[in-house]
Amino acid sequence: MTAPGNKYSRRESIRKILGSGGLFAIGGMAWAGYVDENKSTAMVLRPPGALDEPDFVRACIKCGICVEVCPYDTLELAKAGSEFPVGTPYFKPRDIPCYMCTDIPCTVDCPTDALDESLVSIAKENGTTVLDINKSKMGIAILNAETCLAFWGIRCDACYRACPLIDEAITLDLTRNERTGKHAMLKPKINNEVCTGCGMCEHACITEETSIYVLPVDQVKGKVNDQYIKGWEEGDEARMDTTKVYRDTKTNKQSTLDYLNDTESLLEDE
Amino acid sequence: MISRRVVQILILGLFIASNYYGFKWFRGNLSAAKILDSFYLADPYAALQMLAAGMLISLDILIGGLIMLGFYGLFVGRAFCSWVCPVNIVTDTAFWLRNKINIKIPSGQQVKITRKARYWIMVLGLAVSAVVGVAAFEYISPISMLHRGLIYGIGTAWLIVLMVFIFDLLVLKHGWCGYLCPLGAFYSTIGKYSLLRINHIKEACTDCNDCKVVCPEVQVLDIIGTKSGIINYGACTNCGRCIDVCEDNALKYSFRKLKI
Repeated sequence: MTAPGNKYSRRESIRKILGSGGLFAIGGMAWAGYVDENKSTAMVLRPPGALDEPDFVRACIKCGICVEVCPYDTLELAKAGSEFPVGTPYFKPRDIPCYMCTDIPCTVDCPTDALDESLVSIAKENGTTVLDINKSKMGIAILNAETCLAFWGIRCDACYRACPLIDEAITLDLTRNERTGKHAMLKPKINNEVCTGCGMCEHACITEETSIYVLPVDQVKGKVNDQYIKGWEEGDEARMDTTKVYRDTKTNKQSTLDYLNDTESLLEDE
Repeated sequence: MISRRVVQILILGLFIASNYYGFKWFRGNLSAAKILDSFYLADPYAALQMLAAGMLISLDILIGGLIMLGFYGLFVGRAFCSWVCPVNIVTDTAFWLRNKINIKIPSGQQVKITRKARYWIMVLGLAVSAVVGVAAFEYISPISMLHRGLIYGIGTAWLIVLMVFIFDLLVLKHGWCGYLCPLGAFYSTIGKYSLLRINHIKEACTDCNDCKVVCPEVQVLDIIGTKSGIINYGACTNCGRCIDVCEDNALKYSFRKLKI
């Protein structure tokens, strides 16, 4: 039946509504699936001051101002079809590292605060904050001891010299060269806490493929379970009171003693 | 028409030159830009998607978005589409070529999409943003991709632009801008009450219908030949093609008269 003035009957209308509704549902799902698949990658190095990756891709409006203001052309916007989420900034330190501008223009000029100044600022005593590029955490440098020439006993300290936080982020471990018996090895060692991930070491490394390279923090950081306490460090034992395992585990002194003193069960013949 | 191209290419050129030569007039792109090194502008639909994705948008983007919202919403209407958008150059070229090689699809065999689809896609874009937690249209938008691509390197985005071109050329006349594009739908929605309008003078009209041939949103020209007044539709892009083509001076730009 077609009601007067209506182009379609009720049945046709319902069919049309369901049909186009279904089409939109399918389109929406495909769209969501595509975006979800492409929205982030674990292996990308972001500019200094970047939020955590999920928040970063949410906040970045893909305008490229950070890329334009970078004086060293370090940053690039990911092209469509590249390995990184389209339109977002990244850098590859082997090509051009972050040269750690003290005025951090990429972060300061970011309109969306996807690059957040507060993450690269320190508070001063008078309550104001001041930019400090050394607080940035773009990644952490990892060393491949198999291919690092210093570990072969050959004298190379290119990464150590290139590091803007020399003797803090990279130190040299002086060890005896057991093979020759009369030389020293100058092994670079990275301090994860201090390393900013600028990648100047990676850029400087002289091996054909770099032996020291920056990875995103999330790919490197380990985490120790709460119950491991550094008993030899002052104050760390206080954590026993707050750590869940110690707080919640009921111990019974008597049963522990009984267990230790129970020699008879050891002698029992099965 | 020519002034439109000049504006489009000038804006594009300023963005590109600001990147390549490092001067500070137009930094960024159409998603967000820093103008004259002093203030920011932002794409309000992108900002809305970010909001839907659960991001508290920054003050710079909020203000920049509101400036653009006010500019298009209060003054020039949907002019972004015809005067700024780089994809418009692509789709206009497709339209031109379509006429040149005379592609006519017999009625009844045309792809049937309603022009309202774009509004649903606009809403869908916000919904998808909310679900996946990032601005969803920005991952597939041929507009951002083309504009960004021309400034920072295009990658495979030209494929998407080519898709739009072929769709407009062979599948559906004015298909992308007129039926699908959610950004156009967004500017249609906010541009409905803008001051700048096309004005029709019925007394001068000879019913030649030339305007309806060139208009990319032909449904907005419903008053032609029947009634004087403004073209009061958000979908009108204020492109002025109808004014160019009108031999009778029956169409001109005018400002909406405000009743106070």
